[in-house]
Amino acid sequence: MAITLEGDVPIDSVASPPSRLDIAGDRTFRGLTYVFSWMTIFLVLYIVYEIAGKAFPAIQEYGFGFVTGTTWDANRGEFGVFPEIWGTLYSSILALMLGGFFGVSIAIFLTQDFLPPKLEVVFKNIVELLAAIPSVVYGLWGIYVVIPALRPTANWVHEHLGWIPFFETSLSGPGMLPAAMVLSIMILPTISAVSRDALCSVPHRLKEAAFGLGATRWEAILGVILPTSATGIFGALVLGFGRALGETMALAMLVGNSNQVSLSLFSPANTLAALLANNFPEAGKLEEGVLMYAALILMAITLLVNLVGTAIMNRAQRRLSGGER
Amino acid sequence: MIMTNTLDSSIVAEPNTNGKNVVIDCKIRNLYYGKFRAVRDSHIPVEEGQVTAFIGPSGCGKSTALRCLNRMNDLVRGFRFDGHVHFRGKDIYHRNVDPVAVRRYIGMVFQQPNPFAMSIYNNVAFGLRLNRVKDDIPERVESALRGAALWDEVKDKLKNSGLSLSGGQQQRLCIARAIATEPTVLLMDEPCSALDPIATRRIEELMTELKEKYTIAVVTHNLQQAQRVADKTAFMYVDTSDGGRTGYLVEYEDTGQLFEDPKEEYTKQYIRGEFS
Repeated sequence: MAITLEGDVPIDSVASPPSRLDIAGDRTFRGLTYVFSWMTIFLVLYIVYEIAGKAFPAIQEYGFGFVTGTTWDANRGEFGVFPEIWGTLYSSILALMLGGFFGVSIAIFLTQDFLPPKLEVVFKNIVELLAAIPSVVYGLWGIYVVIPALRPTANWVHEHLGWIPFFETSLSGPGMLPAAMVLSIMILPTISAVSRDALCSVPHRLKEAAFGLGATRWEAILGVILPTSATGIFGALVLGFGRALGETMALAMLVGNSNQVSLSLFSPANTLAALLANNFPEAGKLEEGVLMYAALILMAITLLVNLVGTAIMNRAQRRLSGGER
Repeated sequence: MIMTNTLDSSIVAEPNTNGKNVVIDCKIRNLYYGKFRAVRDSHIPVEEGQVTAFIGPSGCGKSTALRCLNRMNDLVRGFRFDGHVHFRGKDIYHRNVDPVAVRRYIGMVFQQPNPFAMSIYNNVAFGLRLNRVKDDIPERVESALRGAALWDEVKDKLKNSGLSLSGGQQQRLCIARAIATEPTVLLMDEPCSALDPIATRRIEELMTELKEKYTIAVVTHNLQQAQRVADKTAFMYVDTSDGGRTGYLVEYEDTGQLFEDPKEEYTKQYIRGEFS
């Protein structure tokens, strides 16, 4: 029981201690938030546990050779996901380079007074609408529009610059380049929205300081505004990269689903997510475990990217906000 | 130099410059932010090698007037300026003049210390790099930091972030950053209002030292500060007669004269602390 402040002499005031009901409500609310946050953590752990459990027979059977193997043949029971790991990373890195460049450029364009404020909002909403288009629609658009549009140019480049490893095959249909291009459009809204927030959070007084020293607009952007928001923009890139790694439907439709390890932008390839989407319907008991193993690897890659990204951001943040460089 | 007044008689006070060399001659006829008329009819000369203080109640347009002197107001959407600002005889608002160039000769220190999120050294070198200075950058950084009375405190930690310094040190870092490129005039917009009394005193001492090399214009809401540091003082007030809040110059005088024997009734009342 709480000690009453009034003691022997009553306090003459409208102030009163919180009622039992207030206290009970407060406790209930706090209890609920505890339960829900623990449930989220528990759910993640449970999913990992289940997948790892299902994957366990396959892990025992194939071991580390699964990661380095390059054939996937269910009939002969040979499984290896090296081409898929390669394709996942390659397509995501390409998408990150394209989407990152355009996403950050758009974010700069929309925050540094290049446009009247009303137009800025319109542009921002249009870019964010890109996130509302379903993945499968992107896939269809890629198949019927992007690939036919790319093919003549791609094949011309292959003919004339075929000695460069990036162009060593011709583009006959689905392949790495159309997949990466569509993927870059899909991660563009994430990158531009998060970079935009980072750029907006640069204090106005820093911009004033740069302009006050006689910086041109570009000198202010490149010399002060971008470096100040660098951690936030890096965060946007990590988020975008994470999305690209896990993106499934559009890639399953566009990447060609072919187990190859090639630098060529025009060659068909495969990704872990596309592999899972394409193979689960006919999976037998053994293959199910193998797919779970592949899923575990995909989760591990995404987790690693996020951990490394967060670690780099924390370090940069500390360095920016004072102390040793 | 004798001022020739090209404005009509609506100028309230005609400045007395005692024949000193005027570096910046600022005549604001009208200054608008969108539809809002912020300042009208103010003629404020800034004399060479002197500290000129802008004082007045809040909202009187003293910061706005100061920011006219290096075209910082151009960054505000809807800003319109009617009048002229002559810097060494040339109108900085002429349409062929690049505001960026103006700001390289007329530097600025702001109300909130605003060092960049980079090392102390790079903060000071920033302006030098903008001006494509190639030679003696370390020496220039050192002399700017000495000029801002900060060198002894930071000489062993030039690589630390500028943000790791205390508020007063950050403001002196901003002063060092501004004087590194040797501007002709240094504008200071309430440079001490975010600082404690000791840091304030140091900045004031610094202003007195800096005026040996630079012409200074300072906005302050602190009357004692104006009396301590300024040679000339411009008192501005708010005119609410037409329904708006338009600032204008009431009186411009030698600081001693203005505080001991103000000519205008508003100045007298303000100095006596009857409104703020």
